[in-house]
Amino acid sequence: MRVALMVTCINDALYPGTGQAVVALLRRLGVEVDFPTAQTCCAQPMVNTGYLDEAVPVVKTFVDAFAGYDAIVTPSGSCAGSARHQHGIVARRSGDAGLERAVAETSPKVYELSEFLVDVLGVTDVGAYYPHTVTYHPTCHSLRMLGVGDRPRRLLSNVRGLTLVDLPGDDQCCGFGGTFAVKNSDTSVAMGTDKVRHVLETGAEVLVAGDNSCLTHIGGLMTREKAGVRTVHLAEILASTESLQLGATR
Amino acid sequence: MSGTFVGMPKFPTAAKEALGNAQLRHNLAHATGTIRAKRAAVVGEVDQWEELRLAGAGVKEAALRTLDVQLEKLEASLTANGATVHWARDAAEANRIVADIAKAHDADEVVKVKSMLTQEIGLNEALAEEGIAAWETDLAELIVQLGDDLPSHILVPAIHRNRAEIREIFLDGMAKAGRPAPDDLTDEPAVLAAAARAHLREKFLRAKVGVSGANFAVADSGTLVVVESEGNGRMCLTLPEVLVSVVGIEKVVSTWDELDPLLRLLPRSSTGERMNPYTSTWSGVTPGDGPQEVHVVLLDNGRTNALADEVGRQALRCIRCSACLNVCPVYERTGGHAYGSVYPGPIGAILNPLLKGVGHDEQVDSLPYASSLCGACFEVCPVRIDIPSVLVDQRAKVVDAHRGGVPKPEAVAFKGAAVALSRSRLLGAGERFTGVGIRLARRVGVKKWTDARDLPDAPQESFRRWWKRTDGGRK
Repeated sequence: MRVALMVTCINDALYPGTGQAVVALLRRLGVEVDFPTAQTCCAQPMVNTGYLDEAVPVVKTFVDAFAGYDAIVTPSGSCAGSARHQHGIVARRSGDAGLERAVAETSPKVYELSEFLVDVLGVTDVGAYYPHTVTYHPTCHSLRMLGVGDRPRRLLSNVRGLTLVDLPGDDQCCGFGGTFAVKNSDTSVAMGTDKVRHVLETGAEVLVAGDNSCLTHIGGLMTREKAGVRTVHLAEILASTESLQLGATR
Repeated sequence: MSGTFVGMPKFPTAAKEALGNAQLRHNLAHATGTIRAKRAAVVGEVDQWEELRLAGAGVKEAALRTLDVQLEKLEASLTANGATVHWARDAAEANRIVADIAKAHDADEVVKVKSMLTQEIGLNEALAEEGIAAWETDLAELIVQLGDDLPSHILVPAIHRNRAEIREIFLDGMAKAGRPAPDDLTDEPAVLAAAARAHLREKFLRAKVGVSGANFAVADSGTLVVVESEGNGRMCLTLPEVLVSVVGIEKVVSTWDELDPLLRLLPRSSTGERMNPYTSTWSGVTPGDGPQEVHVVLLDNGRTNALADEVGRQALRCIRCSACLNVCPVYERTGGHAYGSVYPGPIGAILNPLLKGVGHDEQVDSLPYASSLCGACFEVCPVRIDIPSVLVDQRAKVVDAHRGGVPKPEAVAFKGAAVALSRSRLLGAGERFTGVGIRLARRVGVKKWTDARDLPDAPQESFRRWWKRTDGGRK
């Protein structure tokens, strides 16, 4: 099985540790991933802001970069959702039959990390060790666009040393929403503030989620308030072992 | 007597004001939280809820696909039942028709059943200009009207008010509109309801003309359907001599049997009840029983525009349950007034641009962006309207409507990003993406981010550079 890592533009630029964690985790589970260097972005920022024509060359770049792989794994529910559910819309808009065929080929092969681990590799205990109290925020696109269900929680519950505490109102959006965070910043911050309040209620040391975009928003609010809770991507917890401690210093 | 939404600012501006109103935030969080829990409980009782949703969506979809045929069938059935059918292209035509009917009966007042559509077309204001008073008889609509206020929710128009505020409104407003509230009025719900009952009863018994909307219109039997909780609607539908119903053309279903899934989906999704308390149906004129002159105004007002939109037409399936409002994290915090329309919340964010068209009013253009695209609305919609997908499609239509002119900074930024993000091989390093991101952020307003949130520290090297330097971590 040829497996590609779709690291996402935000992780490439801001959270390389998340990409490194996916590589280390999958290697430990016996899967060597390729990193097709032609990859850039899933085009979601353009699509969700209404710039469909501008998304066309980005989706072309995407399908070219990932052509020929059996599975494309990404540490982002949102970017996976974009590739699976929106690339077809962009391809149809382009009027390019070749692009439509290419998208039909790549889109179904895109897996969010927890889906790949549970559904493709068939593992829920990845042999991780993370001695902290954490609470999990299910990001909207992983929850509702992809339907990852309880896969991330099943993975977390098998991490040794980890105490998982429930997050009140966990299915409520954190308010990130891509360009929504700046176009409607007041509403976004109001939603995020409620999310932070719920996180603090749990008493957890760490907030974990499968999307660094949402964590940038929630984490940005928490560090501004010196709230004393750090945000860590799911991949970094699952990659952690006694000898490899990740996600300790965000 | 009540205000209008004309001239409302665009969503982010209106939302900012609403977010600063702590009382509103508290009232909304409490009310939406309560309805949300009730809905979840009664929906959870239905084993085959998904099948029911599909059936409901199917009924509406089938009617919309054959709308021309269904409407002619409806007209024929209504006419055969003794009703008079009027066709109205827009608000002005519909308002004219209703005013003329009232005037033909020398009526200087009408009683109204709660109706979204007559709010949409500003019927009360149009009638007032003709010297005809339109009295709202739904309890919540009465609160809104007496408070010289605007509705903020599809199902619970006064959701933004608590009972202490309602007491004040009744004490102040009832005397100006008819029978005053008793001096010893308290804010006990039963006491408030009794005051409203006494105030309204006088109007029901006096009015010669009633005005309603309809939840559904059955084509083959010529039957209109109104569902409500109070019985005040039924008073309006049965007591006056003349009944005028203003009905959106998307309300038609083909057969009586097709009401089945819709009448099961609606109460559970809206009030969180298994069955709504009052379901009134009438088929034209019944001699010696109820209104002896029945008019039905079939109104387009932008619905055929919406129907022509391949992605957006599903919004016409909406049965106005308001489940999407109650689960929406944006609505819960901003309330309904911020949407500047009688249709607020997620459904309003798509319905308004679809009915009014985009590209000529920045308030309307701002609505598809009034969502974080979290998808909670689609999850609860009883007729499976994929609101997030329509929102994204409407955003594209807003952007497309502005192509060709002087591009906004945001448009310039996205064009630049498109070029940069399609040439990774040429550009190489991931740091470039940071550059693209920063440029994009500056264009759309990085201050809007940093006003309330920190930005993460930039890492020492990008993932891409790390991969190259370490051969994917093997070195």
